[in-house]
Amino acid sequence: MDMSYSGIMARKKEILRRTTGIDYEKFETSPIAFDYEGLMNSCEYSLEDAQRVLEETGVGKTPLVELKNITKLVRSTSPPGKGGRIFIKDEAANPSGSFKDRRTALSVYHAKKLGYKGVVTASSGNYGAAVASQAAKRGLKTIILQEVYDSRKVGQPEILEKTRACEAYGAEVWQLTVGPELFYIMLRVLEETGFFSASLYIPTGITGIETLGYELAQQTFEREGRFPDMVAVTHAGGGNVTGTARGLKKAGSHDTVVVGVSVDLRGLHMASDLDFNRKSFTTGHTGFGIPFLTWPDRTDVPRNCARGLRYLDRYVLISQGEVFYTTELLAKLEGMERGPAGNTSLAGAISLARELDRDQILVVQETEYTAAGKLPSSQLTFAKANGIELRRGNPKENVPGKTIVIPESVDQIEVEEFDIEKIRYSYIEHVMKMTDGHVPIQEDIVFLAEDSKSSFDFVRETMKSLNVKAAS
Amino acid sequence: MADAKRGELVQIHKIILEPDQRPDGLPSPTKSVPYECWIKGFLIDEEANIGDDVKIETFIGREISGTLYQANPTYDHNFGEPQKELLSIGNEVKKALEKSQNDNEEKI
Repeated sequence: MDMSYSGIMARKKEILRRTTGIDYEKFETSPIAFDYEGLMNSCEYSLEDAQRVLEETGVGKTPLVELKNITKLVRSTSPPGKGGRIFIKDEAANPSGSFKDRRTALSVYHAKKLGYKGVVTASSGNYGAAVASQAAKRGLKTIILQEVYDSRKVGQPEILEKTRACEAYGAEVWQLTVGPELFYIMLRVLEETGFFSASLYIPTGITGIETLGYELAQQTFEREGRFPDMVAVTHAGGGNVTGTARGLKKAGSHDTVVVGVSVDLRGLHMASDLDFNRKSFTTGHTGFGIPFLTWPDRTDVPRNCARGLRYLDRYVLISQGEVFYTTELLAKLEGMERGPAGNTSLAGAISLARELDRDQILVVQETEYTAAGKLPSSQLTFAKANGIELRRGNPKENVPGKTIVIPESVDQIEVEEFDIEKIRYSYIEHVMKMTDGHVPIQEDIVFLAEDSKSSFDFVRETMKSLNVKAAS
Repeated sequence: MADAKRGELVQIHKIILEPDQRPDGLPSPTKSVPYECWIKGFLIDEEANIGDDVKIETFIGREISGTLYQANPTYDHNFGEPQKELLSIGNEVKKALEKSQNDNEEKI
């Protein structure tokens, strides 16, 4: 058997069909369009089924906490009458310490039901630990593939902590150097073991997160008699946004504005051995956030069920320094010491709440656990050791890979609005490039309008400006 | 004395792809170095020294071979050093909160 890079990649489709149990081709209706809801329903778990499965392993039903002191502080820096109430969903209360337990609980249950002996996933973050934790509870074996080191064998403290957590849950961990070959090695391990591919992007992963959107809508309604006016979601690969937004809708919270928040790391190359350790955030940043919106199907499965652009109303960016500052606020004013990466959406929310009226409600939908390696002091010690300048000042002076500026006061926390219309345009442009030679049919236009949360007119206009002719 | 004995926790190193086996299109700093991997497990060989070709049994009972990299590998990530840029934030924001409460009371 050919185990070379090209040899394994040539068997990709067959390996994934066997190890996800999903025949993706069944849902393809053209090179562009596919039956998204059909794929989502293919695993045949309803939201109620997901809730039951999650409860079995102690996942979900996390507290919704009002951040009264942070809200007061935000109001003191807001225009008169402004400063919405900020609530946070304390997802750190899940078994492995993050919302990723929801993302994997149903997938691991499904793998066991289908008779797989183990699960494999590629993750350097909380997801890997969540898979290992859920698999431990269900009696399955786990292999986690992590991108950990640059070529000097220097690794981010946050990822080293993730290695430790996965091994604590009994997983076999492959600590790899920087490179997109992570996908190659994943396919190789899947083929060798015949384990289940617990990808982040399969239907069961997204259905699991729907419980989060549903739960926070219900909790807010029960307590306050209204649904959240806005939900801030840390955005990376799109699963958090997709699942949360779908769950909100299922709860009947149709008018909630869903805002994606990413840490601004524009300018750093994610596959570069040199840039790898020049960032302090390993997820929730633009290095995943933007490419996954403009081309969601870049994943380890043929069709990605995490489709952020379908659900985002707004997309905003925040700097690393603002997130570290916010992490301090949460600990010192609210008594909640949580991991910095999970506070990305909270940092965004401080700025977004100023736009809301005082009786309006903004829910930040996650926190994550903190530990050695996963806190501002360790991440900033590492940043300095890698040549990053750290200082107090105006966060607008942050330069990804060069300078981290910690705000001097809370009024300096301000998101940058990313033009979502531009993302919609580049998504359609990307689709056209990837399917060059295929003449788009009416079904494709309907699909693209849905998939980009735009309109038939927007898709047609974009195609026109790209000189793409649709079938008449 | 050998660096590790049968049954002890060790870490092995493997080169997965040499630079010329890596796919095209990678940024040059990445393409110019090998794609490497480290895995932990229990030593299967009777005894071995760093740099020897060995076999390990991983935490899930799989057998994997590689070069012995480290015996009794330790997690050495930590809480970092105190950062002066962060240390004063707590008191600053508590003061700001107090001030905003006083301002509010004056208005009432």
